[in-house]
Amino acid sequence: MASSGLELLWLSAPQLARGAWETLSISASAIAFSTLGGVLYGVLRSLGKRWLDVPLRVYLELFRAIPVLVWLYLFFFGLPIFAGISVPSFWCAVLVLTLWGASEVGEVVRGGLRSLPRGQREAGLAIGLSAVQLYHEVLLPQVLKRITPPTINVYTRIIKTSSLAVLIGVVDVIKVGQQIIERTYESVLIYGFLFLFFFFLCYPLSAASRVLERRWSHA
Amino acid sequence: MSALIELTGFSKRFGDTPVLRGVDLKVERGEVVVILGPSGCGKSTLLRCLNGLESGQGGTLRFAGRELTADTDWREVRQKIGMVFQSYHLFPHKTVLENILLGPLKVQKRAFGEALAHAEALLERVGLLDKRNAYPRELSGGQQQRIAIVRALCMNPEVMLFDEVTAALDPEMVKEVLEVILDLARGGMTLLIVTHEMAFARAVADRILFMDGGVIAEQNAPETFFSNPQTARAQQFLEKFSHVENLPRRK
Repeated sequence: MASSGLELLWLSAPQLARGAWETLSISASAIAFSTLGGVLYGVLRSLGKRWLDVPLRVYLELFRAIPVLVWLYLFFFGLPIFAGISVPSFWCAVLVLTLWGASEVGEVVRGGLRSLPRGQREAGLAIGLSAVQLYHEVLLPQVLKRITPPTINVYTRIIKTSSLAVLIGVVDVIKVGQQIIERTYESVLIYGFLFLFFFFLCYPLSAASRVLERRWSHA
Repeated sequence: MSALIELTGFSKRFGDTPVLRGVDLKVERGEVVVILGPSGCGKSTLLRCLNGLESGQGGTLRFAGRELTADTDWREVRQKIGMVFQSYHLFPHKTVLENILLGPLKVQKRAFGEALAHAEALLERVGLLDKRNAYPRELSGGQQQRIAIVRALCMNPEVMLFDEVTAALDPEMVKEVLEVILDLARGGMTLLIVTHEMAFARAVADRILFMDGGVIAEQNAPETFFSNPQTARAQQFLEKFSHVENLPRRK
């Protein structure tokens, strides 16, 4: 049994690796785009302009209130019907995870910027900095350290949530696992593998976030 | 030649609360004007309006003959109007030199060598050249405030605004900051100073401006203002200060 189990894993390795690669690609893309989108969201919210705040808050509340799975279905099955655009399942997953992740990262960035003393902005303006220079040189560098731990926690949630992509037909590591189980009935072995896969992906991240939080808390 | 700063009927409200009510003021080049008044009289707001951190709702504001409005390119104007705040507001993630050189390099696009030489000369002048690579958190309040003054000076402003710059400092550090300001006044720099240091106001000012309730209640030469205030409100204000100074011994 033990040897046949290991043998099965060994034989399935190429297939599992392809699935793992799919999971990693979706997560990494969504994390990268979420970070960019989240910084943009946080900066725009921090400007305190009503005409920006209203649509951005609507966006935030929509992605907070409606489950990611519903958004996946909405984009994957809804877009072809209502807009005549069909997005491949991979990119559909990246898109939805990004929109959701950017709202989460964005709130972290917004909170970080809000926590800075008002005087930092005024001192920057007083020496003639433009808005872009103010954020690039003065505000964001101060916020970056503070928001790294909570942002990493959003990243691990993006990785875990990426498994929902199975439901719109993405063949990620979970889907591959299911296929192997259907063929071999080795569910304990395969789910054990999936358990370890996600654990070793996310645990180092949350551990890093804890270490950074401790190290930077007295900086 | 026209005045460097000229306010005519200048007004400002926060919501429904008027903060400045028709202020008329002319400041000539090289003049040192000290603004006194009780808290909430609008003196800090007045300074903040002068470099566009707040905008007015009525009247006009002219700088070097040019009218400034909400549509003005304030980035350009602010380079000529240095401002120093009560809580210094140095950038904590940058060294002293990086704090000082940010404006000259990024805003004014000056050559690094020239800006550095200028910054170091100013640091020397305030006695902090040896701190040029320190971070703000390694400096005392008085040192930080002197660096903040250098940061504003390094932009080559035509006027400096000081907004209660010693109010957050321990008494023993007040002196080192006030001496820097006195030095600037002797050098002929145009200064607008909001302060609660009466003796300093008397020593440095060409003219005292007493504000109350959002208007300039009285303005005069320091000798006249302190020895013979013209309005009842200024008399009351000064009495409160001298009352503390002249408190009798408890026993």
